[in-house]
Amino acid sequence: MREAATTAGRAPRPSTTLAPTANAGTTLDPALARCPGNTRRAGTTVRAVTGHGVIDGNRRVAVAGIGQTAFGKGLGRTELDLASEAVVAACADAGFPVDAIDGVTSFHVEQVAEIDLAHGLGIPTLRFLARTPSGGGGAASTTGLAAIAVASGLADAVIAFRSRNRSKGASYGSGTNQGGRPWAKAGTRVGGYRQWHHPFGVAAPAQEMALIARRHMHVYGTRAEQFGMQAVAQRFHASRNPAAIMQNEITLDDWAASRMIADPIRLFDCSLECDGAVAVLVTTLDRARGLRRPAVEVLAAEQGSGPIHTELADWFSLTCSYDGRDTAGRAIGNRLFARADVAPADVDVAMVFDHFTMAVPLTLEQYGFCGEGEGGPFIESGATRWPDGALPVNTHGGSNGEAFIHGANHVLEAVRQLRGDAANQVPGAEVAFVNGSITDPAGAILLGRP
Amino acid sequence: MTIEGAALPHPDPGPLEAPFWDACRAHELRIQRCADCGTLRHHPRPRCPRCRSTAYAWAPVRGTGTVHAWTICHPPVLPGYADRAPYNAVVVRLDEGVFLVSNLVECDDESIEIDMPVEVVFVDVDADLTLPQFRPAAR
Repeated sequence: MREAATTAGRAPRPSTTLAPTANAGTTLDPALARCPGNTRRAGTTVRAVTGHGVIDGNRRVAVAGIGQTAFGKGLGRTELDLASEAVVAACADAGFPVDAIDGVTSFHVEQVAEIDLAHGLGIPTLRFLARTPSGGGGAASTTGLAAIAVASGLADAVIAFRSRNRSKGASYGSGTNQGGRPWAKAGTRVGGYRQWHHPFGVAAPAQEMALIARRHMHVYGTRAEQFGMQAVAQRFHASRNPAAIMQNEITLDDWAASRMIADPIRLFDCSLECDGAVAVLVTTLDRARGLRRPAVEVLAAEQGSGPIHTELADWFSLTCSYDGRDTAGRAIGNRLFARADVAPADVDVAMVFDHFTMAVPLTLEQYGFCGEGEGGPFIESGATRWPDGALPVNTHGGSNGEAFIHGANHVLEAVRQLRGDAANQVPGAEVAFVNGSITDPAGAILLGRP
Repeated sequence: MTIEGAALPHPDPGPLEAPFWDACRAHELRIQRCADCGTLRHHPRPRCPRCRSTAYAWAPVRGTGTVHAWTICHPPVLPGYADRAPYNAVVVRLDEGVFLVSNLVECDDESIEIDMPVEVVFVDVDADLTLPQFRPAAR
């Protein structure tokens, strides 16, 4: 792979000691110190901040541990049960005490309350809690938020997790974000954005994404078979990953024979609605280096939004009419790569949010891994297929092969690749990319070997 | 034109959105238009995203446009649509530049093409709901 160039191109990082903040030099006015609640006494200088400010500094951050449950259909376990197992596994992986966790990040649609997780695992104190918007758009950003908390000193050991109980039929739970298809539980009177879609029979994400994919095909000549080629590559990856739900390979003929869900999206393009949980333990690079497993540094984390993706009218009028305007992904990518001081060509392996395989070429275009409209041919060239592709994508099997844990399982595979112990290891991988959704708000992270 | 619609999803609009559906029941296609800068916007929202004015009117539009994107929906689909699957769904770009999700009627699914000209046709589902759908138009 591209070895030397990556490290050479990366700027030296700041030291891990706390950087002085803007307020670090200010001394507390003795008068104010005596009267902490009174900052506006006549004759004294008004200070906006009298302490260290909202954050402490800018520490280097790493993933120290990863944990996951079994992935499958109808596991019959609660989200809290699954999440607890994943968190314990992540801490065991790192050799880190569960009760030293002091922060939790998750998706806004997460069913497990932070406090239930903390109480269930005997975590005495949480200092940082945050959730990401937009479903799978936050897949990478939960780890990003955890990194921000640790980098800033707001917390020292943050768990980013996702727990899903979403397989059809045998699942536990009747909430709209539990068991089966949430849109099927929307009822026959629908408000909000759904009123512009549901009365016309557009309710499933596959149908929304089909409309987006079809336009891409029209503008650029992308072919449905190119989505299928990505499905085949990911199922090959999954067939070599013991944790994957799908253990058998498929051919392009199998893909073409799989039933149509929403033209051009076929069944084998779709993510696997399933049960399972994943957790990522984020702490300082210094601390991670003293733990059990090789530290994987969070090089950059960015979020962003354009217009509201869930309303297709906005998607096409504002976000992406494929007319060269910046998508949220392109803007996020520009900031992300600049912050890490790497280029898309420096990325050795990419974990691309793939609720449907059509998202892969669109993401690769948005983030600059190939040119606009070139995502289809890029896949067809074999570039995304392990082991020979120039940029192996979703080497764990992705959402149609390993599992659909809302894309959060992709973060774990990026960590395995950089530790060097992935089932489909990219030799010498040093920089990995993970993103959440082509639609937005979304986000992406870059991970690297420190 | 009337279709069976007991189980079809119905909109549950708030005050900002109800005028769109009210107009459809009167067989008019009206889109929210900024009273200050004239920009059309759909879906409805409280302020013009261009100039942030809160003043708006519900402007009649011609109801003509083109197919911007299409799909054919196969099961699994919404329960109310199970009997009609497979059925088409389209994004229509109105000539005024506004995009709407809808369906094509009076057109075989095999004949749908991107950029084909279409015109609105109001389909009465029941007393509460009229859907603005589209059919091929001469251009």
